[in-house]
Amino acid sequence: MKKNVFAKMGCTILSLVLTAAMVTGCSSSKSSSDGGKEESAEIVIGGVFPLTGDIPGIGSAMENGAKLAVADINAAGGVLGKTLKLISEDDQNQASVAPNAISKLIDQDKVAGVVGTYASSCSIPMATIAKERGIPMISIASTNEKVTQEGGGYVFRACFIDPLQGKVGAQFALQKLSAAKAAMLYDKSQDYCVGIADKFKTNFNEGGGEVVFDETYNRGDSDFKALLTKIAGLNVDVLYLPDNYSTVGLIAKQARELGITCAILGSDSWSDPGLVTVGGSAVEGCYFTDHVSFETDNPKVKEFAEKYKSQFGSEPSGFSVLSYEAVLLMANAIEKAGSTDSSAIVDALKATDMEGLASNYKFDSDNNPIKSVVINQVKDGKFVFAEEIQPE
Amino acid sequence: MKETYKKYIKVVIGLIVAYAVFQILFQTGMINSYYNRIIRQIGIFLISALGLNLILGFTGQFTLGHAAFMSIGAYTSAILTRNFGVPFLLALIAAAFTAAVLAIIIGYPILRLTGDYLAICTLGFGEIVKVFIQNVDYLGGARGISGIENKSGFTVIFVLAALCFAIIMNLIHHSSKGRAILSVKEDEIAAQAMGINTTKYKIIAFAIGCGMAGLAGGLFAHFSQFIDPKSFDFSKSFELMTYVVLGGMGSLSGTVIGTSILIALPEWLRGLSDVVKEYRMLIYAIMLVSMMLFRPQGIMGTKEITVAGLKNFFGKIKRIFRSSSTSVNKGKEA
Amino acid sequence: MTEFLQQIINGISLGSVYALISIGYTMVYGIIKLINFAHCDIFMVGAYTGYFAITTLRLGFIPALFFSMAVCALLGVVIERVAYKPLRNSAKETLLITTIGVELFLQNIIKTKALAGPNVLNFPEVIPTATFKIGGLQFSNIQLITLGISVIMCAALQFLISKTNTGRAMRATSYDRDAAALMGININRIISVTFAIGSALAATGGIVFGMLYPKLEPIMGVMPGLKAFVAAVLGGIGIVPGAMVGGLSIGLIETLSKVYISSGLSDAIAFIILIIILLVKPTGLFGKRNVKV
Repeated sequence: MKKNVFAKMGCTILSLVLTAAMVTGCSSSKSSSDGGKEESAEIVIGGVFPLTGDIPGIGSAMENGAKLAVADINAAGGVLGKTLKLISEDDQNQASVAPNAISKLIDQDKVAGVVGTYASSCSIPMATIAKERGIPMISIASTNEKVTQEGGGYVFRACFIDPLQGKVGAQFALQKLSAAKAAMLYDKSQDYCVGIADKFKTNFNEGGGEVVFDETYNRGDSDFKALLTKIAGLNVDVLYLPDNYSTVGLIAKQARELGITCAILGSDSWSDPGLVTVGGSAVEGCYFTDHVSFETDNPKVKEFAEKYKSQFGSEPSGFSVLSYEAVLLMANAIEKAGSTDSSAIVDALKATDMEGLASNYKFDSDNNPIKSVVINQVKDGKFVFAEEIQPE
Repeated sequence: MKETYKKYIKVVIGLIVAYAVFQILFQTGMINSYYNRIIRQIGIFLISALGLNLILGFTGQFTLGHAAFMSIGAYTSAILTRNFGVPFLLALIAAAFTAAVLAIIIGYPILRLTGDYLAICTLGFGEIVKVFIQNVDYLGGARGISGIENKSGFTVIFVLAALCFAIIMNLIHHSSKGRAILSVKEDEIAAQAMGINTTKYKIIAFAIGCGMAGLAGGLFAHFSQFIDPKSFDFSKSFELMTYVVLGGMGSLSGTVIGTSILIALPEWLRGLSDVVKEYRMLIYAIMLVSMMLFRPQGIMGTKEITVAGLKNFFGKIKRIFRSSSTSVNKGKEA
Repeated sequence: MTEFLQQIINGISLGSVYALISIGYTMVYGIIKLINFAHCDIFMVGAYTGYFAITTLRLGFIPALFFSMAVCALLGVVIERVAYKPLRNSAKETLLITTIGVELFLQNIIKTKALAGPNVLNFPEVIPTATFKIGGLQFSNIQLITLGISVIMCAALQFLISKTNTGRAMRATSYDRDAAALMGININRIISVTFAIGSALAATGGIVFGMLYPKLEPIMGVMPGLKAFVAAVLGGIGIVPGAMVGGLSIGLIETLSKVYISSGLSDAIAFIILIIILLVKPTGLFGKRNVKV
């Protein structure tokens, strides 16, 4: 009786082989013709961004920043006398898709290095692949410490890390806002929110304050009145909301409606014009830790913002700047390394001392940048520079 | 009996040849590591989808919580290998076992429900599992578990996928249990009237299917090296169901084809030009709907690919080819 | 005590949104036995259409509402004709996959630059928010409007289904499609009407949701849609007043468990209660026992 089973199984596997072969056949021919022709004239780097999925807005802001960087570098003579080319891939903001994207860039497009991506849950599995294949990677906006830890020396990042952000947030709340009682409200299902909130709480309590309210909501929630009603009765001095700009806008609105007038403090994922679009007057006066401020005298940042606006017709966000800087870091390292040899690039990255757009870049022993944290305030719907805090 | 063994050996040889072909392609670099990755991913989700087909296609139980059992397997095996140093294969067995046991515990009360009510219950169960993991610090909460060793190589996935395929094939087509399971799908009331304990067979099928999901989860954890609760939410369950339905509910070779196409398709769409790339997921959605419209019963329906079927198919092609070539020859001669 | 009552108000307000989406879900399900996952995306399209009607076409609230309802009704009918009708006699799972395909399609097409673009949009304040305070309790006019619209829609729908000829035809179609066709009912027309009404209800839900939570994004419908679906099952799927009660219950359960049990586990608690209710009464709170679903 068993005969049919195995006969059928054999055929099934054959069909799997055929399907796989078909897929391979289609694209491998294409990539080989690409690579052979253009290898001499171009240096290719890869970019991974959340272009589709739940946060395409951030993805396109990041991709645009990277595109601008490539254009600027090529206008200034390229890298090692060759033109720089960016191939961008989509990670759908999903942990299971991101590794495929980086894998495609490394194996198919033979990139010299990869910049990306936004979410830590995507950057962590990407980092393990970068480590396996020995390709340098610069994570753009993933603030979880594990990203560089899992990268085994090959992975760097252009942004600061969660512990620093939580710490600076707590410091700012204690010293500048002279807050004694804080409430935290964040998304339990987002690694990003949980990581920062955790560090904020520790630092705030250690600094002499007290976090009196630590509650969470779920992804996709739009109604926060239940928990905000509770907060309204606690008379806190500061409300800490480390979550995406769009969610935060709604929370702030509902908080103000319920008569919560205390200061609201946030994190770097607030840094999008969408914050004001959704939050309107409710986010007016709020502070958040960020990577860059557009309302400064820094001519480089101003020039970047103008170029961005004229080219893409929208306001840049902090992530556009980070993405720009990540490409700059990579190009700089390739130039210093003198070749696209990956270990030479990694060494060059480790020794980086580069002036970026908004900040100077040097990496510490964990491949995290030693850079300051900017605190922005929302004023008249714009993000105004409030303070810059140097890490100790 | 002799005949059986001959076939048996043939199939094993066929499998070894297929395996060798793959290995040669990998070693020579004809299939690069990116495709290797995609193929392994297909293998892992295939194991899970085969289990789902047993529940959905053969037993007719509408479940929307399959990904939850994958997450149970993934977390079980990851914790075992990472925190307790348990060998990988043992951890995989534990993953499958845990998922199967939980399936029995959950299945016993809820499999009494039918149709959409069962669907919503399993969906709810999936969300409960997700929320539970998010709230347990030992499991890493929303931050997930990283630093899991990369152990799911092609060999182990290939062997396990073939094994799962054989188990379901044997169970369904060559055992009395299989006939009982099919009868539950065809007409539950009639099956009961014939003295079949339908609940028992539903639970058996559910446990085996979910055990396979757990196994796939264990493989996935050691493939992706990072797991978080978000990766196993209800949209993943839908995705798995898409693989099964597209291939054909009640066809195992269909599941293989469905899984391969739907995992390869979005990746293949990456290769397109920049203009099209922006619409990658849009194209995927359109193709999904049109595939369902043109082939509602799935690619294979309830049929399987068989040697005889293939011979017949190739024979037809050969005949067409021969007749056309002879006619061409004839033409020349004339 | 005041806080508890305030939480009840919060719960009812949230529940009325779920109820509004849920009655559309349940009606479509009741008539054609299809879990239309794309329903929550028609809801999203409704909100976006409302946005464009108000900002670009400069319509007021009521005209924008009707505009959006009309657009969505049309969309619903088109989707049904193109994607669902050819599959009417296929397996349930096939149809479900198609609805998921349509869902993905709608979410991704709205993101394209030609339509709304990838950025979040803010639903305009078409009716200025006014807050009322009575003895420490607080609620807004928008919350009242939401509750009002859900009750009116529920009553209107119930009237339509139980008292009119179309409603009778709908019930006949629901009961036995072939027999209804033999009785001279134009099945295609009835199903189209069902989809038109269901989608118009979704559009209403979208606009009300936009007013309450003014954040528009392509995936905005997914979570409310899921909760509304749970509400529909809880109330007994296919039963309009059941969906209303189910929606309000889910809103209350979610709010109260968030505040008084655990904010992290609130979703799990809602689902556990759902499973328990289904195990005790498998056809939902208002479901008829003898009906085989």
